[in-house]
Amino acid sequence: MSKKTYLQAINEAIKQEMRRDPNIIVLGEDVAGGQGGSGEVGGVGSVFGQMQGVYKEFGPERVIDTPISESAIVGAAAGAALTGLRPIAELMFVDFVGVCFDQIYNQIAKFRYMFGGKAKTPMVLRTAAGAGFRGAAQHSQTLHPLFTMVPGLKVAMPSNPYDAKGLLIQAIRDDDPVIFIESKFLFGMEGEVPDEAYRIPFGEAHIAREGTDLTFVAFGAMVPRALAVAAELAKENVSVEVVDPRTTSPLDEEAILDSVGKTGRLVVIDESPPRCSLAADIAGLVADRGFRSLRAPVKQVTCPHTPVPFAPALEDEYMPNPRRIMEAARAVLAA
Amino acid sequence: MQLSRDDLKRAYRRMVTIRIFEERVTKEFAAGNIPGFAHVYLGQEASGVGVCFDLTDEDHIGSTHRGHGHCIAKGVDVRGMMHEIMGKRDGLCGGKGGSMHIADLSKGMLGANAIVGGAPPIAVGAALTHKYRKSGRVAVAFTGDGASNQGTVFEALNMAVVLKVPCIFAFENNGYGEHTAVSYACGAPSMAERVRGFGLPCEVVDGMDFFAVQAAMKRALDHARAGNGPYALELQCKRFLGHFIGDPQAYRTPEELAEARSHDPIPKFRRRVLEAGLLDEADLDAIDREVGDEVESAVASGMAAPSPDPAKDLTRDVYVKYA
Ligand SMILES: Cc1ncc(C[n+]2csc(CCOP(=O)(O)OP(=O)(O)O)c2C)c(N)n1
Ligand SMILES: [Mg+2]
Repeated sequence: MSKKTYLQAINEAIKQEMRRDPNIIVLGEDVAGGQGGSGEVGGVGSVFGQMQGVYKEFGPERVIDTPISESAIVGAAAGAALTGLRPIAELMFVDFVGVCFDQIYNQIAKFRYMFGGKAKTPMVLRTAAGAGFRGAAQHSQTLHPLFTMVPGLKVAMPSNPYDAKGLLIQAIRDDDPVIFIESKFLFGMEGEVPDEAYRIPFGEAHIAREGTDLTFVAFGAMVPRALAVAAELAKENVSVEVVDPRTTSPLDEEAILDSVGKTGRLVVIDESPPRCSLAADIAGLVADRGFRSLRAPVKQVTCPHTPVPFAPALEDEYMPNPRRIMEAARAVLAA
Repeated sequence: MQLSRDDLKRAYRRMVTIRIFEERVTKEFAAGNIPGFAHVYLGQEASGVGVCFDLTDEDHIGSTHRGHGHCIAKGVDVRGMMHEIMGKRDGLCGGKGGSMHIADLSKGMLGANAIVGGAPPIAVGAALTHKYRKSGRVAVAFTGDGASNQGTVFEALNMAVVLKVPCIFAFENNGYGEHTAVSYACGAPSMAERVRGFGLPCEVVDGMDFFAVQAAMKRALDHARAGNGPYALELQCKRFLGHFIGDPQAYRTPEELAEARSHDPIPKFRRRVLEAGLLDEADLDAIDREVGDEVESAVASGMAAPSPDPAKDLTRDVYVKYA
């Protein structure tokens, strides 16, 4: 066990898994970097550094820099997965999924079912998501609802370094296609991470904080925010339980229902526009199966129904911020 | 060379405006006055200015993530640009777009584009409007060497040929897409050869020489405006800095970077017009000073300008009418 960042946890998971299984290859833009240039090859290791040192250790046969061709990157990963490899493809920013969505939702998500259970597509599509970097409308989205609604995909959203490593190892060993959504906001976050390989099973929520008065359900980068507000409320003797589902597909419905069964109050915090969001999905779940335990209306803290704005003054209000989470909590507690 | 003194001054002014603007963006970015990320056009001034030189406000361009130079070349206001890049309310896009999304439809500038390969299909559509309306105007798709490997670009090239629209594909080959060289990422021996395979002419042009670019673009315009369909240019350029501001560029040797700088299009232009006696030093120096003042004042007013107001601006303009 030692302190590592979220970024280091991802990097370590990839290296350890690649040492274990020679069928794992990596495909993406600048995952090595410097190919064809006059200087150093392999010094980039992905734009956020997730692949630092991976090329140096595993070389060009397994760490493959591609042209800027997302459809072909994801499609090639799909084809390699169908035929026996275990590719980890990288989509630099989740926003670029628009370029290659067909390969994801018509191809990889559907192979197993369409082919009558005869195919396996053991690939991971890693990508970075989230606002807060002044990246504007085409470099700041989250888009996890888009993946979550597609049957056949699994979707992981680690909220801390420990989960990043354990969920990524599970994703790599999983025989189904996994969309692994890294939070740009969390790359620098530190936490205790075991040195050895370990897996965190999909579809098992983590109770990030136990409480009795109110349940927060939050995803990815919203979990630390929810925890910070929960800590504030604790000073007022309000006991908040924070549920981190870790994967949105499969979703641990029971953990959410159990928590609401205990607290009777629910705020869902989701960095996503509100329509068809995970917030709406979970509010629907609780209305359907947990209605009797509710003592107040469910509140959803989401982004507005707008693209992500560039100006810092706008972006800070766009994201679910601590003030808005606190307001929702107070409204639910007062009801 | 049939350019008048005024033409030459206009060309020089645009190139120098890009140079000074981008140097200043680099500095203000480092100082923390520009949020997000910015990709500057330093070194490629002759390419953008040469391509846009004979376009009117009714001709369209679609741009890239490295779009500041294309905007300036198309005559977009520097003050509005600087305010936009700083995220201010009176920026060209109200502070909602930033560096990678500057657009000015009144100038025929259909937007910088943060999706690599996003613009060429859009330019085909603008060219379709021109064909349909028989406007005699064209659309230009600026596309990088890296972007040239996107499926969207292949589709746009083919469709432009099939629809025979007045679309000019300006491929700016600056040697790199992010941190990967074109020699690695582009499988064909030459970009131009690959483009020709789609059934349109493609010239290889020295993108560091304004006069070469402007002359080639004139041929492209004559071709497109005569109703002969699309035309392409492979503009061979040099990227002076890293992909984004702050890129350490270990993948390029100091020798390569120095070699790139030796092709600087601005001293080259100066030498050319001075040796031919077309303009004198005083003309050029005066332009340098005026542009310096213009950029200085854009920065000063940008720093002082108010930010957008979340209460009023956050949900505005998602639709024509938000209700
Ligand atoms: C669809 C998509 N993929 C990847 C990126 C990340 N990206 C931004 S610029 C760039 C390189 C583009 O290279 P090139 O087209 O040669 O333009 P240059 O930067 O050299 O001007 C990449 C990969 C992106 N913005 N959009
Ligand atoms: Mg390039």
